[in-house]
Amino acid sequence: MELLKAFVLGGLLCALGQLLIDLTPFNITPGHILVGYVTSGVVLSFLGLYQPLVDWGGAGATVPLSGFGHSLAQGAIEGVKNRGLLGALGGGLEATSIGIATAIVLGLVVATFAQPKG
Amino acid sequence: MAQKKIGKQTFQFSSVPVITSWASVVGPKEGEGPFGEQYDLVLTDSLAGEKTWEKAEQKMMQYSVELALEKRGLLPKDLDLYLAGDLLNQIICANFTARFLNTPFLGLYGACSTLAQGLCVAGILLEGGFAEKVGVSASSHHNTAERQFRTPTELGDQRPLTAQWTVTGSASFVLERVGTGIMLTHATIGKINDLGVSNAQDLGSAMAPAACDTISTHLEDLGRSEADYDLIVTGDLGFLGSNILTELLTQKGISAEKIYDCGITIYSPEQDTHAGGSGCGCSAVVLAAHLIGCLQARFYQRILFVGTGALLSQISAFQGESIPCIAHAVVLEAGRGDR
Amino acid sequence: MTKQQAQLQKEHQKVLYWEAQAAGEERKRFADLRQEIERQQQRIAKPQQRAYQSTALKFVPPQTVVKNTIMAFLVGGAICLMGQIIKNIFLQNGLADKEASAATSSMLIFLGAFFTGIGYYDKLGKVAGAGSIVPITGFANSIVSSGLEFKKEGYIYGVGAHLFTVAGPVLVYGTMISILVGLVYYFAK
Repeated sequence: MELLKAFVLGGLLCALGQLLIDLTPFNITPGHILVGYVTSGVVLSFLGLYQPLVDWGGAGATVPLSGFGHSLAQGAIEGVKNRGLLGALGGGLEATSIGIATAIVLGLVVATFAQPKG
Repeated sequence: MAQKKIGKQTFQFSSVPVITSWASVVGPKEGEGPFGEQYDLVLTDSLAGEKTWEKAEQKMMQYSVELALEKRGLLPKDLDLYLAGDLLNQIICANFTARFLNTPFLGLYGACSTLAQGLCVAGILLEGGFAEKVGVSASSHHNTAERQFRTPTELGDQRPLTAQWTVTGSASFVLERVGTGIMLTHATIGKINDLGVSNAQDLGSAMAPAACDTISTHLEDLGRSEADYDLIVTGDLGFLGSNILTELLTQKGISAEKIYDCGITIYSPEQDTHAGGSGCGCSAVVLAAHLIGCLQARFYQRILFVGTGALLSQISAFQGESIPCIAHAVVLEAGRGDR
Repeated sequence: MTKQQAQLQKEHQKVLYWEAQAAGEERKRFADLRQEIERQQQRIAKPQQRAYQSTALKFVPPQTVVKNTIMAFLVGGAICLMGQIIKNIFLQNGLADKEASAATSSMLIFLGAFFTGIGYYDKLGKVAGAGSIVPITGFANSIVSSGLEFKKEGYIYGVGAHLFTVAGPVLVYGTMISILVGLVYYFAK
């Protein structure tokens, strides 16, 4: 059941992105989609609207980039609770640092060993 | 009054320069297309044994010149002038090819109209008696264009249905003042047309008005109608641009029955390129591999070859500028015997 | 070019010439006049452009929205499903919920990077569209593909500088807005 929920919610979030690309008159690129999802994830999370999605859909809400935004927002809030103003600056990145570091390391490693195929 | 100019934008070459030799080199995808057998050289992979795609494109251009020269029994030093262009910043492929040839060189930039532009300029120089033999090349490469104008090639994005596929290919032509070959009789130099299309993924719509303008001006200048040509060839309007051109010409009372677009014919529909092919190489390799052969075999007597170019840069695209487009036309006629 | 446009072109040239010769107040008056001509030139081009674009629009093939959306749903859903499975495995191995989430993200980033490296992620993207952009594997793809693309320009100004050409804005605006959220929370508390 948990798996099915993850599938459905994740699929819906992606389908929404596809509709944004196809149905809006603007030229929406992957860059726009990535930025849009992360920032809306942060805002929704701050308003308390994203946690219910995570509770219901699990990975279906955390794997899409809006989940990355959710982690950023929760990290910032957590940071403020523990360390005040300094936490507001560092909390977001601290909470997502593992993912970002992995991406940097792998970006470099893959670029070293693989060849672009075109 | 300019002596050799007719009407508003058309030059007449009364000494009739001839295209005496030509060659085309393409990538593997083009080799699988409808003209696969007709290209002089089909590369087995898009890197052509080089380290980078830019080097591969440069090599393609160089190979095509070498092949064209060899077919005619010439050497680079026999050329009085070499004219070439490509899509990359500062036309690096053309510059490096000219470095290899070590001949006097004028670089051209006309985006996808580069070949037609080169033929126009070569015609003018030969007619004017400034040269006996001129080489003209144009090239493009899918991966070099993609990474320069759009996104990294490995990025998993979806191309819209209006997008065209940049052709990996290069073709070269040798033009001579006297000789046997395909005759170059007229050239119509185009004006920039910009009707506000700014979507870099929809170049067909942007270029169609330029093609229409040049074709109608050409016919008007020479007092000819489309019936005087066996074919009106456009460079790379693709399916969308070609449909729009048909509509625009019909509005002007010109029949569009003989329109033939290299961007449509270079790939077969199964190759899934969306709106068709594009790039400097597109019209160049179709002309060299297919159309010129048809003229030589007298299957066609006279064609109007219209190269269309979308003169955008990645900077102008990011700044939201619309796309200035141009089209140049040359009249090519079936062979003439020795004089 | 219409008669009116030709007339404006002529006037613009004249006024610019006067402006170049004038000084002080007078120069400013000519500059204003020139800008007014420039605005008028743009205004005149507009209806023509709009008319053409509506003609051109008729020929644009309709996007296959339904098919695209279904594919995005299926592929996106499948990636999230995979994420859930990976997370469950981590949970079963005794990781706390937060750690398991972070480990899952890393694992998915690895998968995205790996399939980009062997040249399959762009092929998936062609079919899946947003289905492979929105999940965190798409974030990994954007980083790895940029890095890979600029390999030939060297490790400093190539790979290093370009790693974040597509993903950089995500971090910039994600971090920025999370800081804003933190600040708002701090002052509202």
